[in-house]
Amino acid sequence: MGLQGYLLVSAILFGIGMFGFLARRNAILMLISIELMLNAVNLSLVAFNAYAYYAPDDNGAVFALLVMAVAAAEATVGLALVIAIIRTRQTPEVDDYADLKD
Amino acid sequence: MVTLRNIIHSAIAMMVCFGSLAGMYALLGAPIVAAAQVLIYLGAISVLILFAIMLTQAGDANLPSPFHRQVPLAIVAAVVVVGLIGWAVTQTDWGNATVVIAIGLDALAEALFTTYALPFEILSLLLLVAIIGAIYLARRPEDDEKANS
Repeated sequence: MGLQGYLLVSAILFGIGMFGFLARRNAILMLISIELMLNAVNLSLVAFNAYAYYAPDDNGAVFALLVMAVAAAEATVGLALVIAIIRTRQTPEVDDYADLKD
Repeated sequence: MVTLRNIIHSAIAMMVCFGSLAGMYALLGAPIVAAAQVLIYLGAISVLILFAIMLTQAGDANLPSPFHRQVPLAIVAAVVVVGLIGWAVTQTDWGNATVVIAIGLDALAEALFTTYALPFEILSLLLLVAIIGAIYLARRPEDDEKANS
């Protein structure tokens, strides 16, 4: 296990989030997938920080906390946008947002 | 969790995922990050997403296929990315990186308020902007007209 295990879990989590973002049609689920990818990156940051065998400091944890705050801001604005567009379109399916194409 | 048909089930699975990530942070010797994960993700973002789902779900009577046509492409892209990262991770020599270094609360707080004071303040500004922007975006248009008249 060790560092490699955590990094592999992080990579798999990122892959799942990427698949969800690319393949799903629901806007809210795309936001959930973005949160998943941010969490995967956070996990690898904390893992690198915990296994730093030279110059041990807390930079990784601080960076993870900053990423969390940015993720919270992103989720807030993203969900507000999704709710606004669902209110005007009556559908959360991103396939139906095709006015510029038609 | 990204393949479930019912989006509420997806949100519950996401909460389970966030909880297990908090456990992994605690295992990695970062209890502060674990606590922040529980507070921010399990407490705030999950509730936010559940509220958004409940506000927007018109009823799950006619659930179409939840996927685009581009599912094969998405699978290929995700597998390629995971494969590349996994290959890089397994091929790299990580040295003697076996000891978990626990993070002290004192050192973390000092780093956050001295070395990283400027990013910290910029972050609070960003959160303020996000709050105001979200209120502006999610407001109902008729409230606006009522306030103007």
